Amino acid sequence: METDQLSVSIWRGGDGGAYQTYQVPRLESQTVLDVVTYIQREIDPSLSYRFACRVGVCGSCAMTVNGKARWTCRTHVSRVAENGALTLNPLRNLPVVKDLVVDMAVFFDKWEKAMGAFVGDKTRDQALAAVSPSDPKRKEASAGIECIGCGICYATCDVVDWNKDYLGPAAMNRSWTLINDERDVARIPRLQAIAGDNGCLGCHSQQGCVERCPKSLNPTGAIAGLKRHTMKAALKGELT
Amino acid sequence: MTTASLRTETYLWLAQRISAIVLAVCVVVHLTTMIVAVQGGLSAQEIIARIGGNKLWLVYYLVFVAAVAIHAPLGLKTVLREMTALPIKRIELLVGLFAIGVAALGFRAAFGLYGLGGS
Repeated sequence: METDQLSVSIWRGGDGGAYQTYQVPRLESQTVLDVVTYIQREIDPSLSYRFACRVGVCGSCAMTVNGKARWTCRTHVSRVAENGALTLNPLRNLPVVKDLVVDMAVFFDKWEKAMGAFVGDKTRDQALAAVSPSDPKRKEASAGIECIGCGICYATCDVVDWNKDYLGPAAMNRSWTLINDERDVARIPRLQAIAGDNGCLGCHSQQGCVERCPKSLNPTGAIAGLKRHTMKAALKGELT
Repeated sequence: MTTASLRTETYLWLAQRISAIVLAVCVVVHLTTMIVAVQGGLSAQEIIARIGGNKLWLVYYLVFVAAVAIHAPLGLKTVLREMTALPIKRIELLVGLFAIGVAALGFRAAFGLYGLGGS
């Protein structure tokens, strides 16, 4: 350990808030989530932040740590502290509720807009679809399916910052998994939902989402796939 | 946020990609020619002697101008959409005028040079 104290500056309040600095004892294998939990329990119970599972499954605890969006439960202080200091902000591109808590409603509304829900045409009485794990389309779907909805890609994406109507990486990654799901029957309406400049065509392929995704997914690749499908659908006259 | 249909937006996106491919070739030819031509010093007479009256160069520059007139305004539209608060109709008007201007000046230059040389 470099120092036995960590200086932590945390954004307090909403948009018109300010930084407040806390001294937190350094511990071995300490995560950033451990740090905010310590502050709330031992120093300032009014600090608001969000977490649930603490083990990288639920996607609740994402924050901006020293300028980069990260899942704090699996981010070790030793990896991110600069000169014994941390600066914590809420996620970018989302409205701040208070302190480190953002309103995720816009983020998930866009999943809905991108038709992120499965649409099937089978009843429970019909046989299960036999999907081969080695099928190329299934492989594409499987590559993107592990998204935990943490919003880190959305907070990192500059296109979201510039265009509030842009659907964002996570929502379109979800659409891409469904486009490749052979049981799904809503391909054209879904392409219609993600086409255009506010959808996949707005992506600049900067790959900030790929760089920051804690699950090492490739939303830029998913969006590139959607661009190809959208283009073919437009040429076939399937888009309006 | 936009006035074009999704199909039109997709066609415009495709047009920008195709024009980019054309530009990649045209710009390489253009730069190579410049580097080769500049060896003996560059003058208007020298350019006219090379390009004037040459149908192949005329076609090349017409394609080049067309690709620029398609590619640049579409890029400018995205920049204005993302970097300014201008309403989309205003942006479409501006880039439409820009496209017409680029095409008019470019075609005029290409035909002008063609007309100045040759036998």
